[in-house]
Amino acid sequence: MVEIPAGSADAVPAAEVEDMELYHPKSWWTKYVFSQDAKIIAVQYAITAISIGLVALVLSWLMRLQLAFPGYFAFIDADHYYQFITMHGMIMVVYLLTALFLGGFGNYLIPLMVGARDMVFPYANMLSYWIYLLAVLILVAGFFAPGGPTGAGWTLYPPQSVLSGTPGGQDWGILLMLSSLIVFVIGFTMGGLNYVVTVLQGRARGMTLMRMPLTVWGIFTATVMALLAFPALFVACVMMLFDRLLGTSFFMPAIVEMGTQLQHGGGSPILFQHLFWFFGHPEVYIVALPAFGIVSDLISTHARKNIFGYRMMVWAIVIIAALSFVVWAHHMYVSGMNPAFGFFFATTTLIIAVPTAIKVYNWVLTLWRGDIHLTLPMLFALAFIVTFVNGGLTGLFLGNVVVDVPLSDTMFVVAHFHMVMGVAPILVIFGAIYHWYPKVTGRLLNTALGHIHYWITFLGAYAIFFPMHYLGLLGVPRRYYEIGETSFVPPSAHTLNIFITIMALIVGAAQVVFLFNLIWSLFRGKEAGGNPWRATTLEWQTPQTPPAHGNWGKDLPVVYRWAYDYSVPGAPEDFIPQTQPATGGLTREVMR
Amino acid sequence: MNVTLLFLAVIGAIIAWWMAGQRLTSKPWLEASPVQTATSMNDPAAPTIKIGLYVFLGVVGALFSLFISAYFMRMASSDWWGMPVPGLLWVNTGLLAASSAALQWAKTEARHGRMETLKPALTTGLLLAALFLAGQIEAWRELTAAGYVLADNPANSFFYLLTGLHGLHILGGLAVTGRTTVRAFAANVPPTQLRLSVDLCATYSHFMLAVWLVLFALFAGWANDFVDLCRQLLS
Repeated sequence: MVEIPAGSADAVPAAEVEDMELYHPKSWWTKYVFSQDAKIIAVQYAITAISIGLVALVLSWLMRLQLAFPGYFAFIDADHYYQFITMHGMIMVVYLLTALFLGGFGNYLIPLMVGARDMVFPYANMLSYWIYLLAVLILVAGFFAPGGPTGAGWTLYPPQSVLSGTPGGQDWGILLMLSSLIVFVIGFTMGGLNYVVTVLQGRARGMTLMRMPLTVWGIFTATVMALLAFPALFVACVMMLFDRLLGTSFFMPAIVEMGTQLQHGGGSPILFQHLFWFFGHPEVYIVALPAFGIVSDLISTHARKNIFGYRMMVWAIVIIAALSFVVWAHHMYVSGMNPAFGFFFATTTLIIAVPTAIKVYNWVLTLWRGDIHLTLPMLFALAFIVTFVNGGLTGLFLGNVVVDVPLSDTMFVVAHFHMVMGVAPILVIFGAIYHWYPKVTGRLLNTALGHIHYWITFLGAYAIFFPMHYLGLLGVPRRYYEIGETSFVPPSAHTLNIFITIMALIVGAAQVVFLFNLIWSLFRGKEAGGNPWRATTLEWQTPQTPPAHGNWGKDLPVVYRWAYDYSVPGAPEDFIPQTQPATGGLTREVMR
Repeated sequence: MNVTLLFLAVIGAIIAWWMAGQRLTSKPWLEASPVQTATSMNDPAAPTIKIGLYVFLGVVGALFSLFISAYFMRMASSDWWGMPVPGLLWVNTGLLAASSAALQWAKTEARHGRMETLKPALTTGLLLAALFLAGQIEAWRELTAAGYVLADNPANSFFYLLTGLHGLHILGGLAVTGRTTVRAFAANVPPTQLRLSVDLCATYSHFMLAVWLVLFALFAGWANDFVDLCRQLLS
């Protein structure tokens, strides 16, 4: 134990951060609809993302109904099944998770957590949301277009995605999907510039990078990744649009379709896969890193203990981000590749497990001997750790070429990625909503309803995806509309499929409880006060709750300490806000 | 994907260099007292909008490096026939370089507050960039008239796609430079604001010139020779 003398508040240098000129809305429309306030934009992003996410949830029900009761529902034919798969996957990954973490949480939390009045380019920020909404509308238009949405699978692999055998391939479906993605990337770039530059330039006085909460680190790093990875999706979509509309052959090989030789020739479907996964793999971490950051803050706050290994947590985020750009081809083992490349990509994939494991250990060590409050955010954070470890471990299996090749086209992969980048980040989103809802609305969410939601969602999601691994190990293929009579699939697999479907219906229905809670608590929830969790970070120190336009009243906050001063020995309370100066006489005892 | 990885390595190096100055090895839990260097990151010499532009150029760079990666990967197939480079592209390159130089001149004039020479400098830059665009369209017309149409060959497809995309970026730059020029002619704009706008226009213009030079080298085939040379050296 060493004693570290605390410095005096006078040591804060004079203000160098220029206060920004805020845009002041003049009408209801510019205040609540075409708003340039990041907090409103965040809510707009969140509502849109959750709404389209509910559509994707219903699509998953329909898929599961077909798998459990094949042929029972006449309207789910093979074409529809593939359309449901495709739209479910794309919506969940891009339009829900990416948009909600970066557009929703990023917009709300970055300015508040770094002590800024707003994002640095509010107008571009507003445009970002409206372009995102346009992308969502173009995507949804697919449901109403002739031929319906595309059924190419969320990876949209050519050549099948633009051929007539695939739903939407020669109709509007694929065109709308590609256009929507292109529009999404443009919109995201506008938002992403804001998130990055606000962290770089908009921080309050005293807010060094190493004093930023891990939530901001996670969102910031994920945004940098997204700005570099989304162009790959853009490039792939533009080139495929050219192939489909203008007859070029970027990706399309010579092909005979229904007895007719198509005009394409020489194109490389593998080129598309490289571009797609160059976006697709970082995308996993674009979703995971904000979740990592948020869960660190939830655990620290609700265990009343400083995050274990803060520096290591920051470095791990940065290292994961860098490594995730050199692992993309592990999604292409079954496409065939030089064994040396396979070895390289397997090795990099396994190396990512090291910083990821460091994070998991640090979360657990933060909990160790903490004053754990089993609040809803904490429960969801714990559920995340369990789910993420499970999904991460199966990732180690699949990272190896020899294991991946036999498992790649089975339900094992479906179970793996749902655990690791479906359920795990969604659990963090729920935890984060229970945590920050009081700041957004001024009221707490109902705890009883929250517990019902939590237990059904956590245990139910586990009941869905854990057994699915066994289906995969039995060899049950993914992507199949129906399995039919297959010698290697025992009848018990079918029983398990029925069980999984019933659980999926229950978990989906439990989300109604959550939605009801969101709306009910808005009017009837318990008043939260400014800082109901007794948290240290800046967003809980705003003069008003919900924070007013400009966030901070007359003066910007000044930051005197890191974000994790919980249970500091000798302090009168078990948390010290970041805005609290170190008093001259007080000393801190710290563990070296 | 080598080109993209190379680009990312450069971006990674910039990020690493920047992070090296951010005290990432500090122990924030021991620093209850405010850090003297706490605000060093808010360098008054780097206005926010400028940082925004740099980040944006990083995204544009990623976009073009991905296209170039795709170009090289697609080029490896046997159905690739190189396309002749019209002589007009040399003229266009000259125009774009001159436009960039004019904007650099405008930047110098704006820095010294010489409003009278700033106006012709900006206008020249604007006109030359517009001429470049017109020249590119004329090059397209020449090529299509000579039978080099979009879908015939992947080399043609890439040529039209990349020149088109580059042209769109130039068009965006023209819109912003046009706005800045109009403001330069308006009497009531403070010179400091104008200086920053001109500075940004010049930076963007230089970047798009660099992108064009790389693309031109690609179309002319020099980049291939260079890549071959690198391959030979490595093997």
